[in-house]
Amino acid sequence: MNRNIFFLAIGTFFVLTACNKSVSNSTAALPALAPADEDLAAGSWKTILLSRPDSFSVATPVATTSPLYVADLNEIKGYQAHLTSDQKGQIAYWSAGGVLRWNEVMRELMAKYNIPPYQNVDGTYPIPSSANPFAYPVFPFSNPPYAARAYAYVSAAQYDALVACWYYKNKFNRAAPYKVDSTIKAMAGKTGLSSYPSEGAVLAGVTAEMMQLLFPDEIANVQQKLQQQEMALIASGAATRSDVTAGETLGRQIAEVFIARARADKAGAAVGTPAIWAQYVTTAQAANQVPWLSLETPARPPMLPMFGKVKGFLCDSATIVALRPGPPPSTSSADMKAQTAAALAQIKNATREQMRIVQFWADGVATVTPPGHWNAIAATDFIQQNWSEVRWARNMALLNMAEMDAAISCWDIKYFYFNPRPSQMDANIKTLTGVPNFPAYVSGHSMFSSAAATILGHILPSRASAYQAMAQEAANSRVFAGIHYKVDCEVGMTVGANVGNYAVKRAQTDGAE
Amino acid sequence: MLNCKKVAFSAALALLVAAPAVLKAQTDEDAIMMDKKNFCIGATYMRSSWDHYWEGTFKRNNQNLGTVSTQSVMLMGTYGITRKLNVVVGAPYVWTHATRGTLHGQHGVQDLSAWLKWEALDLNVGKGVLSVYALGGGSLPLTNYIADFLPLSIGLHSKTLSGRLLVDYQLSNFFATASGTYTGRHDITIDRDSYYTTSLHLTNKVDMPDMASYNVRTGYRSDWLIAEAVFTQMFTLGGYDIRKNDMPFPSNKMNSTMAGLDFKYTLPKKWKALSIVGGGMYTLAGRNVGQSTSWDLGAFYVLDFSHKQSKAHNSAAEKK
Repeated sequence: MNRNIFFLAIGTFFVLTACNKSVSNSTAALPALAPADEDLAAGSWKTILLSRPDSFSVATPVATTSPLYVADLNEIKGYQAHLTSDQKGQIAYWSAGGVLRWNEVMRELMAKYNIPPYQNVDGTYPIPSSANPFAYPVFPFSNPPYAARAYAYVSAAQYDALVACWYYKNKFNRAAPYKVDSTIKAMAGKTGLSSYPSEGAVLAGVTAEMMQLLFPDEIANVQQKLQQQEMALIASGAATRSDVTAGETLGRQIAEVFIARARADKAGAAVGTPAIWAQYVTTAQAANQVPWLSLETPARPPMLPMFGKVKGFLCDSATIVALRPGPPPSTSSADMKAQTAAALAQIKNATREQMRIVQFWADGVATVTPPGHWNAIAATDFIQQNWSEVRWARNMALLNMAEMDAAISCWDIKYFYFNPRPSQMDANIKTLTGVPNFPAYVSGHSMFSSAAATILGHILPSRASAYQAMAQEAANSRVFAGIHYKVDCEVGMTVGANVGNYAVKRAQTDGAE
Repeated sequence: MLNCKKVAFSAALALLVAAPAVLKAQTDEDAIMMDKKNFCIGATYMRSSWDHYWEGTFKRNNQNLGTVSTQSVMLMGTYGITRKLNVVVGAPYVWTHATRGTLHGQHGVQDLSAWLKWEALDLNVGKGVLSVYALGGGSLPLTNYIADFLPLSIGLHSKTLSGRLLVDYQLSNFFATASGTYTGRHDITIDRDSYYTTSLHLTNKVDMPDMASYNVRTGYRSDWLIAEAVFTQMFTLGGYDIRKNDMPFPSNKMNSTMAGLDFKYTLPKKWKALSIVGGGMYTLAGRNVGQSTSWDLGAFYVLDFSHKQSKAHNSAAEKK
């Protein structure tokens, strides 16, 4: 009997060593994007920065009867005759949609670079520098405002580039390779779209070019993804080499317009200076308020205090000022005392479900950030819609412009009032997630979530109430965590909706509805 | 001699939380068996703390954590199915705390662990006795505690299965024991829908790399006293390093090298059903774990359901 049990134990041991260890991504195995509507008129949709869809010219393609085009077809046939499993995998991956895949790549980069720098030996903190991006601390520190802006620039540039792409597709109306030559298989699905310039290559070009600004350490990595996508486009029979080359060039040219704007949007000065940091303290003290203090040791300078001055996509600087709500309760008021007591009581009695909510929405260090979380929520629903790439890009741009402007407005408010966190007012308040290193009023999560829920609810009305419920849960999570007063979240939800409505206004007039 | 020992904490226990608990001395890693129908029950208190830790290979402290401590009270029992086959079970209640910063400590019932222990062989070799044991065990989270709140989580919430081979040699009152363990860990579910390791994962499931360890111990062993020195190393077979100033994560590559001392004292005469155990352990080196120092103290009592003289034994002691 003992022997049997022994063999049972040994057998179990071998079974467990053979445990399946594969956990796969939720979007790993999507079908090819099959748009229900090709949005053939998208070449006339309202662009964001481009003054015209044909600001950059695209050469007239050679005829499909020319030897150059025949050579293009032969390249495709060469791929299709000897496809490796890796190439098939790339075709399947990219065929789910370029906007989706590049959005996932962006989220990955945000998470990778979302780590606050480690302190210097003298207790100060080094600041990442775009001039020396590979040195520690690597550039960028993709905290929530940085991420909101980066998602917005990439999404907006993708949108303008695809509007231009659609304009030229319509103008040149070149058939897809598999339509010209029936021996070519359509391995990434069929569309009614003209294939010149290739929309996938436009996305690859515009996104890769944006990286020189946003993630300079990743240029080589992203270039590799661009090559994989372009190989997939050609090998799948979706586009020829000339479709792809024209698309990538157009995308890169349009990205330069966005890069030029970004270099002048004041984000480079958002870190501030020691004199500016000190000024917030004296301003708050002059108003008889307890000024915000970093709760980190050594004290870390406040996160991007001048981000409220960044030039937004939807709201100009006067609008940002107009969006400012009234002040939070005075730090010496009975109301503030009561809210602090409420925060302490909450943290002492958090339920497991409240902890789950805190964890789910924390979106802190090494995550995609709250705007990235809303990108993921949007992408999950957008996948179900069978939209064209240009509509995908338009809706992602609307979301991310709302998120960037929510960040600008929120940071403007935070540094205008410079209000302390609950744990600063009462050190007994221990938190269920890290305390963000910037003032409390108003809650960034509430603003990001409310702005996102507002524009997403406009885009997908059937999901509007679900988005509102999610936004409210995200706001609540910060109160459950002990890092925000209730008022921070209530007011943040209101201002966030106001920002989101600017995106709705744009959506109603951009020609896509 | 009345021997029953502390069950190892679940191998899933976060090293950042309580490094020495996993391979603590006086565990199911000894060469002691309970007699048939003898049931040994006991409780142990353990306290472990660290103020330095390793992010990958970078050793640092953190003034936003101060000293991180883990306390636990573990209830356990060992039952002799036969004198060659024992079952060992245990479960701890765990508290965590950081002396500085704002992070909230956690507490709760952690994992149930259970081992079947079989004495496969004992032979006279030279002037001493060589015995070989095979153990199979597993652990199961008993509550829905949060794994993804390191370093203050009370555990890693993974179901595990372990296999262990243990060899013991006793010469007079001196002994040496060596064991090797392989632990397979089931993936865990966390409360968020994406996370970054060395790439972004769009899922709430986390692959937990398997673990391996070895443990050697040597010292004095008699009917009334065991005093031993312990050395152990633990390796995560996979996993990834915490980057500088990043947060720890359950699937980190947690490795450690520890050394310590343990004793077990069995009371004389009519109190011989009662024994006192204790010890200390120090982390010499590590990777993605805290450099913990720990101590523990516990008491055990043997209940004899065989209506014969209650007894625990080890082969060596009996053959000498």
